[in-house]
Amino acid sequence: MQSQAAAYNYQVVRQFTVMTVVWGVVGMLVGVIIAAQLVWPQLNVVEWLSYGRLRPLHTNAVIFAFGGCSLFATSYYCVQRTCHTPLFSPALASFTFWGWQLVILLAAISLPLGFTSGKEYAELEWPIDILIAVVWVSYAVVFFGTMIKRKTPHIYVANWFFGAFILTVALLHIVNSAAMPVSLTKSYSAYAGVQDAMIQWWYGHNAVGFFLTAGFLGMMYYFVPKQANRPVYSYRLSVVHFWALIFTYMWAGPHHLHYTALPDWTQSVGMLFSLILLAPSWGGMINGIMTLSGAWHKLRDDPILKFMITSLSFYGMSTFEGPMMSIKTVNALSHYTDWTIGHVHSGALGWVAFIAIGCTYYLLPRMFGKTEMASKRLIELHFWIATLGIVLYIASLWIAGVMQGLMWGATNPDGTLTYSFVESVKASYRFWEIRLLGGTLFLAGMLLMVWNMMLTIRGGTAVNDAPVLAPSGTH
Amino acid sequence: MSDFNNSFWNIWVILLTLGGIAFCIIILWTQSRARSNSGQVTGHVWDENLEEYNNPMPNWWRWLFYGTIFFALVYLALYPGLGNFAGKHQWTSAGQYEKEKAAAEAQFKAAYGELLTQNVELVAADPKAREAGERLFLNYCAQCHGSDAKGSKGFPNLTDSDWLWGGEPAQIKETLLKGRMAVMPAFGHLGEEVIKDLATYVRSLSGAVTDKSIRAARGKEAFANNGCAACHGAEGKGTLGLAPNLTDKVWLYGGRDAVLIETIAKGRTNQMPAFGEFLGEDKVHLLTAYVYGLSQGNRTEAAKPEGK
Repeated sequence: MQSQAAAYNYQVVRQFTVMTVVWGVVGMLVGVIIAAQLVWPQLNVVEWLSYGRLRPLHTNAVIFAFGGCSLFATSYYCVQRTCHTPLFSPALASFTFWGWQLVILLAAISLPLGFTSGKEYAELEWPIDILIAVVWVSYAVVFFGTMIKRKTPHIYVANWFFGAFILTVALLHIVNSAAMPVSLTKSYSAYAGVQDAMIQWWYGHNAVGFFLTAGFLGMMYYFVPKQANRPVYSYRLSVVHFWALIFTYMWAGPHHLHYTALPDWTQSVGMLFSLILLAPSWGGMINGIMTLSGAWHKLRDDPILKFMITSLSFYGMSTFEGPMMSIKTVNALSHYTDWTIGHVHSGALGWVAFIAIGCTYYLLPRMFGKTEMASKRLIELHFWIATLGIVLYIASLWIAGVMQGLMWGATNPDGTLTYSFVESVKASYRFWEIRLLGGTLFLAGMLLMVWNMMLTIRGGTAVNDAPVLAPSGTH
Repeated sequence: MSDFNNSFWNIWVILLTLGGIAFCIIILWTQSRARSNSGQVTGHVWDENLEEYNNPMPNWWRWLFYGTIFFALVYLALYPGLGNFAGKHQWTSAGQYEKEKAAAEAQFKAAYGELLTQNVELVAADPKAREAGERLFLNYCAQCHGSDAKGSKGFPNLTDSDWLWGGEPAQIKETLLKGRMAVMPAFGHLGEEVIKDLATYVRSLSGAVTDKSIRAARGKEAFANNGCAACHGAEGKGTLGLAPNLTDKVWLYGGRDAVLIETIAKGRTNQMPAFGEFLGEDKVHLLTAYVYGLSQGNRTEAAKPEGK
């Protein structure tokens, strides 16, 4: 009886869901600004709004603010509903919300001011790193605390992925951020030389693998079967691809350091495990897309499902592209070019943002006492504008990247370079313009989402009394 | 050279790598043999309606997984990857670099071999050599001397006939091969007034100042008494390879009063990097001819009759 009277903790889910949309707009707006600065360098007006300062702000905002809020919201929602118990420690859950917003705020101030540890995707200086670690450990306590007091004997597959993501990100963040402070705003890495580079890309690639993949697969495993109202395609497949994915990702980092001072054997191992990673990655795509098998007609008139299934297609595409780019000979062409940026965005926009947007559209009405979003047509429009934006973005950077790789590698019989660097920059402008257009379209879609969210919130009431359900079925 | 300071780490890495691959095989193999029931749910239900089918893994997917593992094992037999084991092909990235470099050098010799034995004046007149020289110049020299070779502040113009270290082929070649290091000592200790006198006098040498003021006269005296003449000569006409000519209106850092005062007070240090080891004699030969040709071209230009 007591558990029947208890309510799920929707407050923290609601807070993170709304902030997902807000930070999504902010992060992508900064992305559009820096894309414009590449096309028109004269837009670099003052140093704290220059490309070099805004670029890390963009990556941090979209990954950790937009992606992070989305992960908090969906994991908190999923873990309490699939464990049939309210969140463990509401106070700590609330602390993770305010703590995470403080981290984002500090990042938004310190990065434009030029404070950086110089590690990609880990630029924030040591005091903020400590705050991140504290918030993250609290997150782990809330999540695993909820799992421990679950009312079902089995743990739902989405929670495996969320759990792996939370544990591994804690490990990655703490190891890679280890540094010797010299002042409040400056520190030096605890590692030196090629070891430092190796740890950085062990972190960097697993930030992709766990923050942007395992966590978002957790989202997929809850929200796709929910939205499609169909069982997950294969339990067996989820077991194998889960263990293979979380194990294999750990090895893939060295492919970021091909043809560098990193020993040859380390580079080879990184490349081979990246290739082995192809099947485990595709396991998630198959399980998601095949969940819809027998119900394909739902795609026709459910724009939320469109977002989710398209995200899985982009996931499959970029997890095929990634292993190919990790092959040394391909990497010799693609590395340091815009192809890499295009690859990242087919994952970041196509997979991460699309699944997050789909889940947010699922959550928003439920958080505000509605059955669906205020306007289904706006979701439909958002989907098509954003899809067109991604296609323009990645296609232009593919072409630009291959062109740059070929131009940089071209030599004359006398051994000189056929093209100077600046000639390759000049040749890239047309593609950067198309990329800017693609990014602007994607941002326009996010603005439609804000509008739709405001329409949904207006006239809605915050739900705080959703009753905890008793487990059903044969366990 | 081994990458490990202890043979233990070598074995450790090999075991971890092979063990990691074995883990993938084992999980795939054992789970493939587990019983599955196509189209049947497992019986677990979460949150009202979340269920899982007990479908087997798709066969094509399993074989894709085995295929990548097989590829990895073959690759590890052929290429470095298992600790210190070099692999059947004995491939190294350093070896690949050396090989590509040797191939590029062979290609260079084949294309330009006959020019390398000719003297610089002849090479400078050869159109094919000029094209290669220009490409070399744009790759390695233009960053400082400019793509038009006219230089900028601190970097000498190579198209005029004024040379700091000599414009004869042998001198240009030596500059390119070994680099040059030039120092103008600082004379800040002479005090502001004397330095101003010196600057005025130096400017008067090239006719920039025409007044025969007391300052210029005092400067002339200071020029003789403070050792300036030791390098620049009593007339200020300079010494090749030691100090520039001050009478010719060609200025490396600028001939304005303020710049000259800075040069005298703080001194100047400048370096032309050595390219001998990096580019090799052969390419330096073509570059020498190109740079020599630049100044020759200029001379012909200057020799053209006025009023064209």
